[in-house]
Amino acid sequence: MIPYNFDYYAPATVAEAAALFQRLDAEGKQPLYYSGGTEIITIGRINRIYTEAVIDLKRIPDCRQAAVQSGKLVLGSALTLSELYDSRVFPLLGETGAGVADRTSRNKITFGGNICSKFIYREAVLPLLLTDSEVRIAGPGGARQTPIAEAFDGQLRLGRGEFVVQTVTDESYARMPYVTIKKRKVAAIDYPLVTVAALRTSEGIRIAFSGVCAFPFRSQAVERMLNRRELPLRDRIDQSIALFPAPVISDIKGSAAYRELVLKLVMEQTMRALGGE
Amino acid sequence: MAGTDRYTIVLELNVNGEMRRAAARPADLLLDVLRDSFGLTGAKPGCLNGDCGACTVLVDGWPMKSCLMLAVEAEGKAVTTVEGLKNTAVQREFVDKFAFQCGYCTPGFVMNVYGLAHLRPDADEHTVKDWLQSNICRCTGYEEIRDAVVSVLQRRASSAADAAVAEDATNAADGAVDSPMRKGSAANGSDT
Ligand SMILES: Cc1cc2nc3c(=O)[nH]c(=O)nc-3n(C[C@H](O)[C@H](O)[C@H](O)COP(=O)(O)OP(=O)(O)OC[C@H]3O[C@@H](n4cnc5c(N)ncnc54)[C@H](O)[C@@H]3O)c2cc1C
Ligand code: FES
Ligand code: FES
Repeated sequence: MIPYNFDYYAPATVAEAAALFQRLDAEGKQPLYYSGGTEIITIGRINRIYTEAVIDLKRIPDCRQAAVQSGKLVLGSALTLSELYDSRVFPLLGETGAGVADRTSRNKITFGGNICSKFIYREAVLPLLLTDSEVRIAGPGGARQTPIAEAFDGQLRLGRGEFVVQTVTDESYARMPYVTIKKRKVAAIDYPLVTVAALRTSEGIRIAFSGVCAFPFRSQAVERMLNRRELPLRDRIDQSIALFPAPVISDIKGSAAYRELVLKLVMEQTMRALGGE
Repeated sequence: MAGTDRYTIVLELNVNGEMRRAAARPADLLLDVLRDSFGLTGAKPGCLNGDCGACTVLVDGWPMKSCLMLAVEAEGKAVTTVEGLKNTAVQREFVDKFAFQCGYCTPGFVMNVYGLAHLRPDADEHTVKDWLQSNICRCTGYEEIRDAVVSVLQRRASSAADAAVAEDATNAADGAVDSPMRKGSAANGSDT
């Protein structure tokens, strides 16, 4: 049971949602956008998040869209991770998302909810980072479309009242070779010890990480090092880890040293699978 | 809870093919409304955190953890609980294969397997494992549960199973699948 009350709104349009947020915010209701709602419910139950109004985005057709428009794959933020996996429209995204939670939970967890999660993993963002996708964001101030590299620095930078409506990805990326590997501590279902997603483009291998540092990331410096084929693969991997933007984390799932060991093995497997040795 | 009256709404939910009304808070979980307002105690509270699957029901034919859903979100959708299944092939196979011990996890497993058998009758080993990993059995009866699932899927694949499933159609509440990407691909009236 959620130990406090809130009102529930299900707007039908993007503009209505943004206007609702603005009004409820002005009334001091601390509104939250609500997509799958699984995080709001589970952390709300233990009083780690509070709101007096939730704004459900699932009835907004734009947030449920899945379409190809002029060579661009447009995906609504309220699509569930199961829908993305089943559709096969963007296999790298579908499969990376399929590593999150379990199948039944993924029938509810949404793409937008995962990338805007307060947890540190946000694994569904990795394919967006690898494919230089853009994010369509709307809010009381109007709508904008921003490259993911600008909008996301460990977490999505949203202004007050802004929410993710859709992501836009060049369709050609959906056909490139990819690898996505998730290693957990023990169980088949868990947050990651290490998640690596990678893509091979004509310029080289791109790689992004979750569970390794305190936020998901893709780093140009790491990729430059990994693509220096004149060096032995293991040396490239060792040196690229030194270029990570933050320390490797140590927690109940694994010490930093253990995580780094697993990471190196996964990176080697990934590079070999994509012909990057 | 202070000021709850001001938040009370009347919910109208389609549960097991019947329209039911309940006075509830928008913050109430589907699990709690099913159990406390409708007396449908088949869906079980376990972890209340999305981890165990004991609370699984079907929403428009899809397995859903009712502890991860607000009751208000289910308005306009078809909710099926284990009470809505009457002597279906899945239930019979669970009995035949001794696929439960204490039984606490059973309704959740049955609903998930029922959803799987209808949405993915041709499920391969990977898909079966992927879906079934959503539920935990504290008594660890996994082998027997797996045997029951394999048997259900085999029955569905055979023509004899079609008759059994047609019989289920009259016994189970059904719902259309509402997915923008898989319209019409799953639960359809003829075999649900
Ligand atoms: C059983 C279980 C296992 C899990 N395992 C994993 C895992 O292995 N890996 C992993 O990465 N995560 C995991 N998670 C976390 C889950 O992916 C996140 O909590 C995710 O946020 C849930 O998505 P949702 O759609 O339900 O989000 P919601 O609860 O709707 O929202 C989450 C947050 O994002 C905000 N938000 C939602 N949509 C938008 C939007 N469109 N624009 C702006 N803000 C928005 C909300 O206001 C809220 O703060 C797990 C969760 C559960 C319940
Ligand atoms: S009670 Fe819902 S998943 Fe455990
Ligand atoms: S039979 Fe006891 S929990 Fe599964």
